[in-house]
Amino acid sequence: MTETFLYLIQQLINGLTIGSTYALIAIGYTMVYGIIGMINFAHGEIYMIGSYVTFIVIAGLLGMGMVSLPVILLVALIVAVVMASTYGWTVERVAYRPLRGSNRLIPLISAIGMSIFLQNFVVLAQGSRDVALPPQITGGWTFGDPSVFEVSFSYMQALIWFTTFATMTALTLFISKSRMGRACRACSEDLGMTNLLGVDTNRTIALTFIIGAALAAVAGLLLGLYYGVVNPFVGFIAGLKAFTAAVLGGIGSIPGAVLGGLILGVTEALTSAYFPSEYKDVVSFGLLVLILLFRPSGLLGKPEVEKV
Amino acid sequence: MKTIKTTLKAVALAVMATTSLAHADTLKIGLAGPATGPVAQYGDMQKIGVMAAIDDINKAGGINGMQLEGVIYDDACDPKQAVAVANKIVNDGIQHVVGHLCSSSTEPASDIYEEEGILMITAASTSPSITEKGHQLIFRTIGLDSLQGTLAAEHIQNTVKPARLAVIHDKQQYGEGLATTVKNALDKAGTKAVLFEGVTAGDKDFSALIAKLKKANVDFVYYGGYHPELGLILRQSREKGFTAQFMGPEGVVNSDLAKIAGAASEGVLATAPKSFDQNPVNQARVDGIKAKGEDPTGPFVFTAYAAVELMKDAIVKTGGTDPEKMAEHIRANPLETAIGKVSYDQKGDLNESTFQVYTLHQDGSKTAVK
Repeated sequence: MTETFLYLIQQLINGLTIGSTYALIAIGYTMVYGIIGMINFAHGEIYMIGSYVTFIVIAGLLGMGMVSLPVILLVALIVAVVMASTYGWTVERVAYRPLRGSNRLIPLISAIGMSIFLQNFVVLAQGSRDVALPPQITGGWTFGDPSVFEVSFSYMQALIWFTTFATMTALTLFISKSRMGRACRACSEDLGMTNLLGVDTNRTIALTFIIGAALAAVAGLLLGLYYGVVNPFVGFIAGLKAFTAAVLGGIGSIPGAVLGGLILGVTEALTSAYFPSEYKDVVSFGLLVLILLFRPSGLLGKPEVEKV
Repeated sequence: MKTIKTTLKAVALAVMATTSLAHADTLKIGLAGPATGPVAQYGDMQKIGVMAAIDDINKAGGINGMQLEGVIYDDACDPKQAVAVANKIVNDGIQHVVGHLCSSSTEPASDIYEEEGILMITAASTSPSITEKGHQLIFRTIGLDSLQGTLAAEHIQNTVKPARLAVIHDKQQYGEGLATTVKNALDKAGTKAVLFEGVTAGDKDFSALIAKLKKANVDFVYYGGYHPELGLILRQSREKGFTAQFMGPEGVVNSDLAKIAGAASEGVLATAPKSFDQNPVNQARVDGIKAKGEDPTGPFVFTAYAAVELMKDAIVKTGGTDPEKMAEHIRANPLETAIGKVSYDQKGDLNESTFQVYTLHQDGSKTAVK
């Protein structure tokens, strides 16, 4: 195998990993939008809080002398999901529910307020510096001739791919097959009518926020472990990229969020690979503009039908 | 309506009264730099130095009977916030500023200080363009990027002798400026960089860049920027089996680099101001800082200390706190400070450079390279 080919493979692996991380966060955005038609701008902050909780739990357990990695990760996952879900539920309760039925812009602003509040809350509680964690999951596979170019694919990257794919499948099944999922779909079609038909819409919306937050916590755990660093501002940048991915794939569609994330990640990696890395964001956001010009509802989004 | 107006007047009068009272016996020194944000560590170093100097001066009876007080302003190393901070300092009536820290913050802020007649001494900003505008009230107690970059380039050319060199920066004024200086100096000396690229500050994933470096068979990387990005680049390089030698400026010299990169930070080279805390002259000051439970080893602690010493000397010798007279005095009269003898050229730059090449270790310490 030639160097050019192996290099391309390596950059595709890198791109798909970055893309998966965007996708994991994008699923949360897209779910909330799909149900209530609003962007939850505090979603990136929930992801950041998930990362912090993971770090605190792992550091605590390591400090207490725990050595079994699977146990540590499991405990961290459970605590992070529970904590983040609580935050997600609270955000809905504080910033969305009191404003239900008002102009669409108002909850948008209150969500931005929530995002700023959470960011500064973490700055005050945890400090604004980078918090680092030593690598927990190390090692991986390598292939290709080392004298030509050695491609590496780490266990951590594999775990991120797997989790993204598994969450996407599980959620798609949940929405299309389960009773709660049907309630969600009904809410997204017509909130008022669903309410009249006896579905507790408030509960359904709260559930959406909780699921979104739980996913953000999973992303927080995985990316925290992958990069090993977290600070109170990671949520903003990650949220922005994930939001872009969700729009690219068609906001409201779960497979669309994953597809959008992967396209964004691969574009970034390939741009860095073959052009100066400075052009990374120019190319990926240029692509976003192009796709939206020709498919305004995103790649897998349904065209918006005006409700009469 | 009338009552509101009267109340407002009363409040305004009261505020004016208190500020003028406060002026009589304390002199406020603005301390501008990042107190929050990813590079707040450097702001801490500056704060430790300034506060230590202020404490020492106050304990010795102040300046002409005036006690000093440090007032902290947070610019988070963000140019926009730096301008807001500078305006706030103007409004607060403060006339003497130590700061800012990041070059990209110092530059826009210094324009405001010059215009408003405020004396500013930066203990950390190394970008040459800050002192190239002919400002009269702007000084620094640290050498220039051009000196630091040249020193780095000399070390790379004469000691490291890399086969394939890459220069990476964070696209910010400080990082890109330094990286360009290093690249140009090495170009002239005959070592061409095979790669010269920018990354985005705040990014977390550098795997694409690392694969590129690996493909180009790079064996030495000079990074112009701060520690959060370099830390992640080192950490991810180690995970991907990329083993080149790295080198950075004083913006990467702090123990958080080791926290982020772990074992991968062992042996990284860096240029930084000389370790003034090792100088026996400063023993008492080092002890004083340690007694407060603070760390005297940061690269900007004693440059910040010296900035306050310069202000003190200028106030004593000119017999007043007028920034313009003080600036004239500082420019004309060399002074023995915590960082050695300080003398200035017309631009407000130090006549002598104080940089040194260090090897960083994974426990966060550093040793000088001869």
